[in-house]
Amino acid sequence: MSGKPQNPAIEGWYTMDASPHLIGTRCTDCGTYFFPRQTHYCRNPQCSSTEFEDVQLSRTGRIWSYTNACYKPPEPFIAPEPFEPFTIAAVELEKEQMVVLGQVVTGVSVDDIKVGMPVELVLEPLHETDEDIKMTWKWQPLAG
Amino acid sequence: MSNEIAILGAGMHPWGKWGHNFVEYGVAAAREALADAGVPWQDVRFVSGGATVRCGYPGYVAGATFAQALGWQGAEVNTSYAACASGSQALAAARNKINAGECDVALVVGADTTPKGFLAPAGGYRPEDPDWVRFYLGITNPTYFALYARRRMDLYGDTLEDFAAVKVKNSRIGAHNPRARYKKVFSAEDVAASAMVADPLRLMDICATSDGGAALVVSSLEYAKKIGKANAPRVAAISTVTPTFASGVVEMPDIATDSAAAAGVEAIAYRSQIPLKAYEEAGIGPADVDLAEVYDLSTALELDWIEDLQLAPRGEAAALLRAGDTAVGGKIPVNASGGLACFGEAVPAQALAQVCELTWQLRGEAGDRQVQGAKVGITANQGLFGHGSSVIVKA
Repeated sequence: MSGKPQNPAIEGWYTMDASPHLIGTRCTDCGTYFFPRQTHYCRNPQCSSTEFEDVQLSRTGRIWSYTNACYKPPEPFIAPEPFEPFTIAAVELEKEQMVVLGQVVTGVSVDDIKVGMPVELVLEPLHETDEDIKMTWKWQPLAG
Repeated sequence: MSNEIAILGAGMHPWGKWGHNFVEYGVAAAREALADAGVPWQDVRFVSGGATVRCGYPGYVAGATFAQALGWQGAEVNTSYAACASGSQALAAARNKINAGECDVALVVGADTTPKGFLAPAGGYRPEDPDWVRFYLGITNPTYFALYARRRMDLYGDTLEDFAAVKVKNSRIGAHNPRARYKKVFSAEDVAASAMVADPLRLMDICATSDGGAALVVSSLEYAKKIGKANAPRVAAISTVTPTFASGVVEMPDIATDSAAAAGVEAIAYRSQIPLKAYEEAGIGPADVDLAEVYDLSTALELDWIEDLQLAPRGEAAALLRAGDTAVGGKIPVNASGGLACFGEAVPAQALAQVCELTWQLRGEAGDRQVQGAKVGITANQGLFGHGSSVIVKA
């Protein structure tokens, strides 16, 4: 990896520290979580709140399901040459009672994971530009 | 049932990659449906079109474009733009018009022309658009189909051979459908030899996109009787319900599900909700169904739909498949048309194509694909942004 600065691929969606979290919101009235952030209207039909607080979502969860991308996705995805297949997981967050998609860290294949396996959130490069390395969240299997 | 309408005629332009304008497909389907109905075009007082943005300013505002192509004659028009449910919404609009007593006969048309390769979003940097975000992160349509398929394997013990068997079954029956795009019979070995796209799904597990057009001529029961078609198949129910919060299965194009963390909120799977209203409206249950046309965007998804329609208990669709029960000649044939596996998806036409197949089946006119004694059929489909539909047709 070059000495370029690391910046988020999508601004404001996750913290950029060593123990990163996705940044969502929580309805201050009914407690529903939202990711991506929702700040204008609560989508719970029992609630008409317009008040939200920013929250860091749980950075660990369990795999709900998983797959991979064997072919280069179309733009706006920016693929390295040559293209390397990558693994994708849908992860259940217990406290938030929601499932969040994301790539799985480089080097982990579909043969290495199972439904129900615990994972944690980390940051890895999504692609590079001339100026910086665009970082995204990825799921990493937890030992044990 | 008071809100039933008659299906007087059905028509389809064959599916394929013909490279023509979508209006040609829609007009060909409409003319076939009108001829099948024996209804003069001049008698149609409502034209209801299914639209997509792929066909320009949403299908040139679809109902009007088809009406103009067939020759303006002063009918009222409607356009429904609802992803995979566009055709069903267009049909529902026609039903409402008829049942309101505002017209006797309506024409419902959907047609699509599709680009080559992946369907991709507009460019730029647009993180507010969930469709843009998921492609930027490398998440394509097959990703979602594969997530559902993998759960079937890990939770219910479905196998790659089961998924391949869906393709084999559908290709065998689709080979007898002159309107299908793919008429080649495939073996399990063919499926296994095709390239892995999104593990566990291979190229032959995933449906293509297609050009195509489908149309229905529908009327009041009174009008059907008047023209000697009192026995025409009837639309007994149309469900176009949205999901119920909290939608608990991650759906295209979203990056996350709803949260079910609030008090009194449960995670609910949308697909299973779609047919409930249809069954209730038709006053029947799953046991009354003789055949189903379901949206097999992937082979594994056909198995999910069988359970969502309650034609098998959750996790047991593969057992039904293995016993041959979902093939024509089995207990509950699924996708006797050959399904999307043999058609490819032509979005605003597809929900209507499903109803066309049920119409021919219930009239006993499906030839080598005929489900013997079919009296009740159900369709099911689901698309982007909380659109889905299910239609019940009765003989």
